[in-house]
Amino acid sequence: MTAHQTIKKADSAAREMTGAQIVVQALIDQGVSTLFGYPGGAVLPIYDALFQETEAHGHRLRHVLVRHEQGATHAAEGYARSTGKPGVVLVTSGPGATNAITGIVDALMDSIPLVVITGQVPTHLIGTDAFQEADTVGITRACTKQNYLVKNAADLPRIIHEAFRIATTGRPGPVLIDIPKDVQFSKADYYGPDEVTFSHAYAPRTKGDPGKVAEAVRMIANARRPVFYTGGGVINAGPRGAELLREFAALTGAPVTSTLMGLGAFPAADPAWLGMVGMHGTLEANNAMMVAIGSRFDDRVTGRLDAFSPGSKKIHVDIDASSINKNVRVDVGIIGDAASVLEDMIAVWKAKKYEANRTALDSWWRQIDEWRARRSLRYRPSNEVIKPQYAIERLYALVKDRDHYITTEVGQHQMWAAQFFHFQEPNRWMTSGGLGTMGYGLPAAVGVQLAHPDSLVIDIAGEASVQMTMQEISTAVQYELPIKIFILNNEWMGMVRQWQQLLHGERYSHSYSESLPDFVKLAEAYGAVGIRCEDPAELGDKIRQMIDTPRPVIFDCRVEKAENCLPMIPSGKAHNEMILPDDWDTDLTQVIDEAGKKLV
Amino acid sequence: MTDTNTQPASAYDLSHETEVENVATFTLLVDNEPGVLHRVVGLFAGRGYNIESLTVAETDRRAHTSRITIVTRGAPHVLEQIEAQLRKVVSVRRVHDVTRDPNGIERELALVKVRGTGTERVEAMRVAEIFRAKVIDTTSESFVFEITGGPSKIDSFVELMRPLGLVELSRTGVLSIERGAEGM
Repeated sequence: MTAHQTIKKADSAAREMTGAQIVVQALIDQGVSTLFGYPGGAVLPIYDALFQETEAHGHRLRHVLVRHEQGATHAAEGYARSTGKPGVVLVTSGPGATNAITGIVDALMDSIPLVVITGQVPTHLIGTDAFQEADTVGITRACTKQNYLVKNAADLPRIIHEAFRIATTGRPGPVLIDIPKDVQFSKADYYGPDEVTFSHAYAPRTKGDPGKVAEAVRMIANARRPVFYTGGGVINAGPRGAELLREFAALTGAPVTSTLMGLGAFPAADPAWLGMVGMHGTLEANNAMMVAIGSRFDDRVTGRLDAFSPGSKKIHVDIDASSINKNVRVDVGIIGDAASVLEDMIAVWKAKKYEANRTALDSWWRQIDEWRARRSLRYRPSNEVIKPQYAIERLYALVKDRDHYITTEVGQHQMWAAQFFHFQEPNRWMTSGGLGTMGYGLPAAVGVQLAHPDSLVIDIAGEASVQMTMQEISTAVQYELPIKIFILNNEWMGMVRQWQQLLHGERYSHSYSESLPDFVKLAEAYGAVGIRCEDPAELGDKIRQMIDTPRPVIFDCRVEKAENCLPMIPSGKAHNEMILPDDWDTDLTQVIDEAGKKLV
Repeated sequence: MTDTNTQPASAYDLSHETEVENVATFTLLVDNEPGVLHRVVGLFAGRGYNIESLTVAETDRRAHTSRITIVTRGAPHVLEQIEAQLRKVVSVRRVHDVTRDPNGIERELALVKVRGTGTERVEAMRVAEIFRAKVIDTTSESFVFEITGGPSKIDSFVELMRPLGLVELSRTGVLSIERGAEGM
């Protein structure tokens, strides 16, 4: 069975090129200006075409050489998340492709549009266990939105243009194109994005069902304790999604919370903002429900499902029909793009002349204020050691008035960043939510800085995570990207340590970061700048020094070693049974029961 | 699980073992391209859904489409989730839940080898006639029957053949189509 060719013949536009040149031309026609990659045997023809393209046309298509293919995918994710454009990756066959997979899965989980081009051994060698051969489409079938093995150069224009469409529309995600080396050499006619006919009947639904939208708006208008629970889908809907959310929240007078992925869609400075929902979310965000928009009732949000807001009516707007009723049964499920549905909801609200129920809302806000008064993000300050929460607060205070973007690794520092760094705009927060990939933040920062060369880009990191992709600091140095790696160094895999304390009888199995490098010297060895801070009194000045350094910086911020990330919904507990900072003096090892210890 | 509520205690307990499971037959129209079967089967394997039977063949050479019929089992909302997940696959054009369609027809073909002599052999032949099974191979001590029908008819036939010397069974899995003039 061969892929079929449905390209319309349009001789005037057709130009014969090699497969490799078709790839480059298609990327340019798709408006790609930055590409993250690493060369190798099976992609050399494409690298050659890139070389010639640069000689002929200068740097309209910039290739960024990473140090490991995982770095390429995360950098592309950071680029995509901060711009709304697809991230593009070019790697070789075999290990090039397998190294890229963590980032591909990450993009699938967090709905990030990526187009990943992999080289493959020549078609006649496929299946012979050739050098650097791997069944890339087989391996990635389960972790891409769609993938292709291109056996004929004539199929390339259609496949590449279709890949961009699939990656960027509907629920965005990664699409992989595997191109054997002989296909890169062979010649075929090139066709532009408007000249090809796609072979798949792919037509994601973006407009919500009008009847359900009207029903949902009626429920919101009558709700006594409404709350918007928004997610990454609002960010993916583009800036318009965030604007409409703000408008609708103002009309309804309802408070807004968000998942980790949705931070920034609603301004943290707005009085209606409740903070983040979920396992490490605030108390006030975890006690009411819910108009879910572009969020997917992830297990980090719901905690115990049987106790998850059992009495509340639930409305769920999602572009992915399979997200609706997956984990939580909802009363009204609307399939559609967050921005489109919000627009329709606002139109219905105005047409029906609904008014916020002020009396009910007043008592609702009084309840929320009671929860807020418990200050669930409280921590014990210290003059001796830097508290990690304090470090993030200082960082926020010193960068908030600048044009900034934040990436993170995964663990305690990520949650503290989500709690204490306040986001006012969408696309400013890049984090690995679904997959939870340690090592995401540094390469993501590289991608963000490339897209926003004049902005301040900070990777809030942990000393364990950052070592997983530390080599990408070399990429930052090569391309003069002044990213800031702000490491909350507690010498522990902090979240693992916290779970071992709470769940495993304080048996700290392999969670201590032994033999840490000297991060200052490491930075210098890479040609970056190293800064270390151990004294809370010096923190502000050193952060300023970091910000003012026009080069990549690794900031080794030595923090309290045994600090726990609170509040926390322990495993097996309901979303409103939190461990709060009030529980400082209780024995945290006894809080979680045996059943809960088995959960993740 | 300690709770008897409709929702399990945690997302990690989404096995729904206590819920009533139904059998469902899904018919899929897919783009006939390399790997499409793996996409569908991989989805079932990766998300822990059962496949009780599976049939696949190209049905429209010009449109490059194949038809896949999958019989699966699960609690109602698991079946709902399976359908939604199938619809998400880019290469899947149509998904139809035959079980919930009053016009759905399901048929299966089985080849059944039975070994025996004397009265058992006569009885096997008599049962085969009742079920309108065809004899497609015979030796002095064996038959191979070909039988078509709904899965339950074939199950009954096989059960009757078991004491009569059932040796081997080969089934196609369920195929389905809708009654009436309309296509999928």
